[in-house]
Amino acid sequence: MGRYGLLIDYEYCSGCQSCEVACKEEHGYPVGKWGIRVFNDGPWLVDEPHDWNWHKIPVPTKLCDLCADRVAAGREPTCVHHCLAQVMKFGPVAELALELEKKPNQVLWCPR
Amino acid sequence: MDFDNDIGKPWRWTEEDGTVVTRGAAWSAPGCHPTGCGIKTYVKDGRLVRIEGDENHPVTKGRLCVRCLTLKDFTYHPDRIIYPMKRAREDRGLDKWERCSWEEAYGIIAENVGRIKEKYGAETLLAMTGTGRMTQMAGVGAHRALGTPNGCYAQSGFACYGPRVSITQYLLGAPYPEIDFAGGLPGGYDDPQYQVPEMIVQWGKEPLVSNGDGLFGHAVLDLVKRGAKLMCVDPRLTWTCALADYHLQLRPGTDAALGMAMLDTIIAEDLYDHDFVDKWCYGFEQLAERVATMPAERAADICGIPAEEIKEAARAYANAKPASIAWGLAIDQTVNGAQAGQCILSLIAITGNFDVPGGNILQDIFDGSGDKVVAGLGWKLLPDELKEKVIGLEEYPAYVNMMLRAHADRALDALETDIPYKIHGIWFGSTNLLAPTCSAQPKRWYNAAKDLDFNWVNDIFMTPTAMALCDVFLPISSCIEQDSIVPTHYGGTPNYYSALNKCIEVGECKGEFYNYHDMGLIVNPSAWTGDNACTPMEFIDDYFVGGTGMNHAKLREEVTHQRVVGYRKYETGHLRPDGMPGFNTMTGRLELYSYAFQSFGEDPLPYYVEPPFSPVSTPEVAERYPFILTTGAREYAYFHSEGRQIPYLRELVPEPLFEVNEADARAKGIKDGDWVRVENQFGFCLLVAKVTNAVKPGLVHAQHGWWFPEEDGEAPHLFGVWKSNINSLVPHSRNGKLGFGAPYKCLLCDFRKAVPEDFENVDVEGVDQPGMPKHKYDDNFYRLDKDESYQGASPAAGEGE
Ligand code: SF4
Ligand code: SF4
Repeated sequence: MGRYGLLIDYEYCSGCQSCEVACKEEHGYPVGKWGIRVFNDGPWLVDEPHDWNWHKIPVPTKLCDLCADRVAAGREPTCVHHCLAQVMKFGPVAELALELEKKPNQVLWCPR
Repeated sequence: MDFDNDIGKPWRWTEEDGTVVTRGAAWSAPGCHPTGCGIKTYVKDGRLVRIEGDENHPVTKGRLCVRCLTLKDFTYHPDRIIYPMKRAREDRGLDKWERCSWEEAYGIIAENVGRIKEKYGAETLLAMTGTGRMTQMAGVGAHRALGTPNGCYAQSGFACYGPRVSITQYLLGAPYPEIDFAGGLPGGYDDPQYQVPEMIVQWGKEPLVSNGDGLFGHAVLDLVKRGAKLMCVDPRLTWTCALADYHLQLRPGTDAALGMAMLDTIIAEDLYDHDFVDKWCYGFEQLAERVATMPAERAADICGIPAEEIKEAARAYANAKPASIAWGLAIDQTVNGAQAGQCILSLIAITGNFDVPGGNILQDIFDGSGDKVVAGLGWKLLPDELKEKVIGLEEYPAYVNMMLRAHADRALDALETDIPYKIHGIWFGSTNLLAPTCSAQPKRWYNAAKDLDFNWVNDIFMTPTAMALCDVFLPISSCIEQDSIVPTHYGGTPNYYSALNKCIEVGECKGEFYNYHDMGLIVNPSAWTGDNACTPMEFIDDYFVGGTGMNHAKLREEVTHQRVVGYRKYETGHLRPDGMPGFNTMTGRLELYSYAFQSFGEDPLPYYVEPPFSPVSTPEVAERYPFILTTGAREYAYFHSEGRQIPYLRELVPEPLFEVNEADARAKGIKDGDWVRVENQFGFCLLVAKVTNAVKPGLVHAQHGWWFPEEDGEAPHLFGVWKSNINSLVPHSRNGKLGFGAPYKCLLCDFRKAVPEDFENVDVEGVDQPGMPKHKYDDNFYRLDKDESYQGASPAAGEGE
């Protein structure tokens, strides 16, 4: 079987942290452990007066198993399902790479 | 890649392993606004084992925020109160609660309420409610369940949604018009009737985080992805502001000046919709003349935004077709909010964006307006002599007659002075008003309420308010433990209704409306028997969707019902009870010049006044407290004072944050994570510094809602409710002329790094102690608009003609 990944459009990731919490609920990871974490870069000024860099960047951790049980049962990963900004996609890397080609400000993660 | 999903499944089914899956919608408890997000609950052997977002929901489509994702942790939290409890009056503040039966709890309530009513009159009971939750719908709790006219929302000047709803009613005779995000249309954003707005303006609102009043915030982001431009009016830089095409970073509390200047630009440059103005508006010439007193150059000085930026924003908004404006809490939370709101409604009107696809949409008066039903329920059952006794009626009829509740600040005045009469008991309906959520000066509320004859509460956790003040605790069901209805936007904007579908029981918890019914039968029987008899379910149906032909039995299976109402209802006669075209106002038009305002002695046209405390209106105070303080921006993790005991939520925001700009932090030797002492002339509290560019130099922002469920609950500590209580810095009785609005978001303060001694005083300073003289206050019944020493009034602010 080929490799699977998560494609995330961080231009529109709002930092809602639903991915973090949905993942913790699904896997029962305790406080202090995560399957995915949302990192914050910003706000810092690119150009006066209102051009800011502010990205929320979700990063799957060592504990991300790409929701193996859910996927085996035919369901999408829980982070993808619950993402408020609908910026996450799960699938074979080859498929997601084509999506990545179409739009900048995305990141493709292959946690395993 | 394709996955299985549950699209098209019925409202309930059983999986192979016996797990029962139920589709429904979320509301409260725990807390949220009536957004009605779609949820699926998985229940095995009577226990909730999992919760997921329901992909069948026409708007939320399976998405869920962290507050619902942790619903299981809330449901079975070891600290949740799931049985009725009682405590002796002399043990207030002590953890001496004893479990009792509902029967016994109601018996105690009936005995005390009966005695108070008989001895002093029903009006001497206050029924306080919190925001957003089911009880917020509840003048009915006061009027029908208890039989007092004095329902009350403790927020000074009802500075949340109340002004919005009322001002809109006065100016256009309809409930608050939310932005059109296609929620009522079966095809959603792709529905042929819908048009994606060219621009959305978020004015003092951050709906992505708050889902304020039922607006599913991420719909805004959906529309931005579909090409809508975004304009944010916000003193802070939020993530959405950084994304936006226009960010008007105004000084807090100056919204009316900005609004007037935008109107002036649009009128002066002839960018307005002549046809709509001619046909449907009243008072355009007067408005034009008034806003000409606030050219962009003048507003620039007031708001701290370059004049050219204001003009560009005005042009961009006027030229975008369609465009919508989401009016947020920050407007309500100023004394000048009525006028700022008037400007926003005028902007929507003169650009022709009312009730057009992708604009701001209006309620169809024949669609069974939730509000009409709500307003009548309970209130009409009160005898006239009680109706006349509602606190604040004479002074603030624009507030009291519309909200059908006691004026919040006058209620505290009554508690403190016994004028117009002494209050003898309070029912706290899902409100934790000692925590910094709604009430201004919560220590005063505490001092005023702690010795009353009898207080009781319904809630979900042992809050500081319950621990400090109450004698009986009634446990409330969550939204998955009861059958009920959630009317998005309180029914006021035509989007959708959804069903709360019961799937589990927890302890002996009871839904809020079931409690109204059962308690009402005992303490106010005439409202629940004879002609008024109903089952709890009939009561819920009537209250939330009465007149729409919908009821819970039907809604249960449909789960979410889209209301599909037409546009441009001023043309079709669907805004007026007589079925004639036009608006439901005295002139039949949308009143840019408001006769209703005038009838209340208010200026019929918008004007600008400075916040009650600002570098301009009180330079001497600003010298002592040089920072502008804004409070209460929402976090994804919490609904106001809720959620601090849910581990996954607390992990997201573990401490009460105080946002301060890097330059200011450096000057004061404060680093990220330091505890700081924040104070002004009204009080102080302790918060944790977050050094960030989200606030400009000179501006600071404090989170609200904080208390510490893990700390000692007994008085005087009360779960640390005073430690980080930012509302200690919010003054009492600084309201707008109509009684609406209060400066929660535009105050002055100073701060420094905290020292250990600061933490020693917090539990006692400003709080009445046994055996010590009671605190006294000199601002009971204060009126800013009558204070001749107040320097913030605008020269353009004429009296009503
Ligand atoms: S794919 Fe599953 S395991 Fe990985 S981050 Fe998302 S929710 Fe967690
Ligand atoms: S759920 Fe989606 S929008 Fe929210 S933080 Fe995660 S990736 Fe970003």
